[in-house]
Amino acid sequence: MFSYCIDPEVLGQFRWLSCYLTTGKHFAFYGSFATVLILLAITAPTALAFGFGGASIARSRIGPISWIGKGYIAIVRGVPDIAFFLFFVIALDQAFEFARHKVICPEWNEPIRQGSDFIVCKAAKLPLGNAPQWIHETYGFFLAVLTFAIVFGAFAANVIFGAMRAVPKAQLETAEAYGMSRRQTFWRILVPQMWVFALPGLSNLWMVLIKATPLLFLLGVEDIVYWARELGSTKNAKFTSYPHGDWRMQYFFFLLVFYLAFTKVSEVVLDRIMKRLTHGQATAGGEAQRKAAV
Amino acid sequence: MSCWETVADYAFRSIGFGERLLPRSDFTICQQATLIGSGMIWNVYFGVVALFSGFVMATVLALGKASQSFWLRKPSEWFIFLFRGSPLFIQFFFAYFLFLNLKQAVPIFSPFTAAWLGALVVLFCNTAAYSGEIFYGALLSIPRGDIEAADAYGFSGMTRFRKITWPTMLRLAWPAYTNESIFLFHATTLVFFSGFPAYQQKGDALYYANYFADKTFNPFVPYPILAGYFIMLSLIIIGFFGLMNKRLNRHLPQEERRKLRIRPNMIR
Repeated sequence: MFSYCIDPEVLGQFRWLSCYLTTGKHFAFYGSFATVLILLAITAPTALAFGFGGASIARSRIGPISWIGKGYIAIVRGVPDIAFFLFFVIALDQAFEFARHKVICPEWNEPIRQGSDFIVCKAAKLPLGNAPQWIHETYGFFLAVLTFAIVFGAFAANVIFGAMRAVPKAQLETAEAYGMSRRQTFWRILVPQMWVFALPGLSNLWMVLIKATPLLFLLGVEDIVYWARELGSTKNAKFTSYPHGDWRMQYFFFLLVFYLAFTKVSEVVLDRIMKRLTHGQATAGGEAQRKAAV
Repeated sequence: MSCWETVADYAFRSIGFGERLLPRSDFTICQQATLIGSGMIWNVYFGVVALFSGFVMATVLALGKASQSFWLRKPSEWFIFLFRGSPLFIQFFFAYFLFLNLKQAVPIFSPFTAAWLGALVVLFCNTAAYSGEIFYGALLSIPRGDIEAADAYGFSGMTRFRKITWPTMLRLAWPAYTNESIFLFHATTLVFFSGFPAYQQKGDALYYANYFADKTFNPFVPYPILAGYFIMLSLIIIGFFGLMNKRLNRHLPQEERRKLRIRPNMIR
């Protein structure tokens, strides 16, 4: 990047490092941090929506519907999550292709699973075979986001389901006594009050979500783990002007520090939010705040 | 080839006994179930050893974090923060490359680059940190009356810790600790996806499930099999911890005994 970077072999240590850290590949590495942050920014609200939906379904008074919600929560929580990540990425892809196949090529009559192959007609391929590279990458990222949202949606559903039950019964009964319908009670009384109960669980979930982001690597996205492995591995003088030995340890140490800093910052921020939300609430936390203020 | 022959060939494939070549085509459900089950040996090994060794370390960490002394408290706090604040996946990667570098300097470290020891060390530290935090929380919520009563009876020092503090801490922490251990078993599936090589394709359950999913391009068979194994494993753990829970609570009146409430599983 700098003008003196033309011949790295003659540079001093510090200048060499400044050139090394600003190569195109390193910018891709820095960009992959943005990938992680974008993933978090998209996944967190999506998972929350999934969770809200799941919890509302699980609360349903109609048996079979509530079983669907509870089943969703129970199944995702009972199995190692990595298995889910690996499973959903293929399963979702095949499900989408299968659905498109049924719609686009109805006249196709060969079986879709032939031995070890999964064959749909050309027009139903996702993304299309002739699509540019960025569409492939975006599609991969989209699948990853959806997978994260499904898995974390189940966790969030569990938290929200618990929070909904923690809202004092008397509140709901009062609403009923005022003649509110079930729907009104739900939206006007239950939902606004449950967040305080849900927040500790949700903030815990946020921490877990942060720590799950390296798993993007397993889903085939070029994330920070991918780049750390790529850049850190031994570089031969034949192929690069910045040869070095095996630096993967240093790169992963950097990732470790990044995550520690990230979780620390989140912890501080979430503590603040919790303090603000408990302000004036009829809970032990709110009571403690009131006493401290007096 | 009948299913029994498959079982005879592959039941201990993951630790190097039996048939060397993995099946390459015409995969049967029997083969998948056997090999994935064979991989479970690794998951159980990592889980059990890390759990038992981590338990001791966790008690030490909890006591350290609750201690008055600055020099005991800070290291415990940092240890717990380090392992709880970063993803296990990154810890595995870092540890593997760290051991690779150490191996070049000091040959003693060469076994640490293999999963059976290197990954075990990481899992040990990790579960020690997570359980240490749980035990620390329990230690703080021991009723003051219990300690005062112990003082009144003349307990002090080690005796008080062994007879009063420690059992009460365990009793209070037990439900959370049960979750943590289920959690740990799930976390063992990360080992072979994070740098640690599976020599001669001797991997854990998820390694084989992933192998089959890649080969058949059909995730709907191997992953449900894996899920079944893990649900069974979780039930066994819950049963075992339930028995311990009963024993820890046996002195309490019937209605005060706390049932184990299981809320398993989150990624770390």
